Amino acid sequence: MQVVSGQARPLRTVSEVSDEREQPNLYPDSGGAAAISMRGVHKRFGGITAVDGLDLHVPSGVCFGLLGPNGAGKSTTMRMLTAQTLADEGQIAVLGYRLPGESKQARLEMGVVPQLDNLDVELTCRQILTVFARLYRVPRSERSMAVERALGIANLEPRADTIVRELSGGMRRRLLVARGLIHSPRLVLLDEPTVGLDPQVRQELWSLIDGLRASGVTVLMSTHYIEEAERLADTVAVMNQGKIIAQGPPGELVSAHAGEQVLEVYGAPEKLAAVSQLASEGGWQSRRSGPAIAILRAETLDGSAPDGVLRPANLEDAFVALTGEDIE
Amino acid sequence: MSTPTEPRSAPRRIGRLEPAALAGVMSRDVAIFGRYWKATTFSSVVQPTIYLLAFGLGFGSLVHTVAHVKYVPYVATGVVATAILFSSAFPGMFNTFVRWQFQRTYDAMLAAPVDVEELITAEMLWVSLRAGVYGLAPLLVGIAFGLQPEAGMLLVPLIGFVTGFGFVGFGVTIAAVAKTIDNFNYITSAVLTPMFLVAGTFFPVSNLPDGVRQAAQVNPLYHCVQLVRDASLGGLNTADLGHGAVLLVFAVLMWRVAIWSLGKRLID
Repeated sequence: MQVVSGQARPLRTVSEVSDEREQPNLYPDSGGAAAISMRGVHKRFGGITAVDGLDLHVPSGVCFGLLGPNGAGKSTTMRMLTAQTLADEGQIAVLGYRLPGESKQARLEMGVVPQLDNLDVELTCRQILTVFARLYRVPRSERSMAVERALGIANLEPRADTIVRELSGGMRRRLLVARGLIHSPRLVLLDEPTVGLDPQVRQELWSLIDGLRASGVTVLMSTHYIEEAERLADTVAVMNQGKIIAQGPPGELVSAHAGEQVLEVYGAPEKLAAVSQLASEGGWQSRRSGPAIAILRAETLDGSAPDGVLRPANLEDAFVALTGEDIE
Repeated sequence: MSTPTEPRSAPRRIGRLEPAALAGVMSRDVAIFGRYWKATTFSSVVQPTIYLLAFGLGFGSLVHTVAHVKYVPYVATGVVATAILFSSAFPGMFNTFVRWQFQRTYDAMLAAPVDVEELITAEMLWVSLRAGVYGLAPLLVGIAFGLQPEAGMLLVPLIGFVTGFGFVGFGVTIAAVAKTIDNFNYITSAVLTPMFLVAGTFFPVSNLPDGVRQAAQVNPLYHCVQLVRDASLGGLNTADLGHGAVLLVFAVLMWRVAIWSLGKRLID
């Protein structure tokens, strides 16, 4: 795996961020602001290390994006926060409750939207929401109101009594979100919330997530869609091979790891190979970008650079720079 | 679930086996039952009817009494036990496997404030309550075929509940260790069906070879059959305390084994 890391120009590297984490607030009533705190967390499945010394600190009230390639350990991390996967080592606290011992209390106060659809296909939207309102201990007198509110959030009122099997993919995803919000949680975990959705539904979910953040709910969202993280997250942590390798607001991550401008050079494969060669000789940071070679930090290039199209650097550039181009 | 490394006072800590969690999980079963109760009820009436037609009227014309009991009442009470077995062991295996592996319902519920112990206990409670109630169906069919109603029959739902609790726990355990849903065929043919042979459902075990009679003593279905038969035919005696005790031990044992074996798979 080739990692083109921007170690020389760190803005907020992991070690700096961890300074803030010296005293994680394990007790919400004592006034601090950590919604999630993970320290030195390891998880192995047989010979595979899924999470390898993870430190993660999510302050209350932010939308936090966990970005990483497939297999980076994002889903394992998410499952550990509900104690459905138990860490081999390390400490985890969610909303001030220590896991796994107090996980049930933590789960009572958070909502989870899973990556894989696990709706009961035989039930109607209303039935599913009612069952989960009970599971989340919504008092009997408030249950039907909570169900109506959740149906409203998901724009599913006209489908309230439709069996899940008959819903479209986008509706099912919205129902999953509504189910996770049935008890008005103060922390929501979203695992790849928009994977496999068409742009319209994705936009709709994005505004829903943005609305949650605006209402003070802490959101931890894992995604491998760069755009999603860039648009929604206040802070992004890039995860690779079971660790956080960089963290910060999306804009800062971009300038730290990809610079301000990117020069994209298009051409035939032979030309691209030559450009790639030129880049490594010149010590320029570059990556393949579909049909082009993208040279990062184009603002620092001198006249020897080939002709190409200049564009602003984005989180994808930083992401590839951090996690490498090779596919495992 | 393990306990926190450093104990501290948690003011809003919630406990084990909370009624609210059990009720929540069971409310889902009730909602699904609302969709399928007609089919369930239909098959639980038709099946014993066919058994009674085949064995009671068919064999009954050849065999009039078995172990001093008329053959129709003998078979009707035997069918109660098979109904309880099927309506608990099969949901234990299939529903558990489907909800866990295919629908991931259990994953969804365990992300809510429900522990593995509560989830499995609630599922087992629901199945065994249903098995207890539906255990009455063969008796009702039997009454239609001339079985004498008895006050002791009112104990059948309780016997069915305890037996069903054990068998659904057995089913859940099998689901937890099965690699694929096809593995259940082995259990059905190699474990459940042979149980009939040594349970006294359609013929008494007393005529069987010595070793097989011994085997009946460790067969929960045998104890269920004896208890149901004695209760339904007005013959309850002290030996039934022993049968009841075996069923209770079986139920509690399978409950813990089910939680342990599926829990290991649900939480990794």
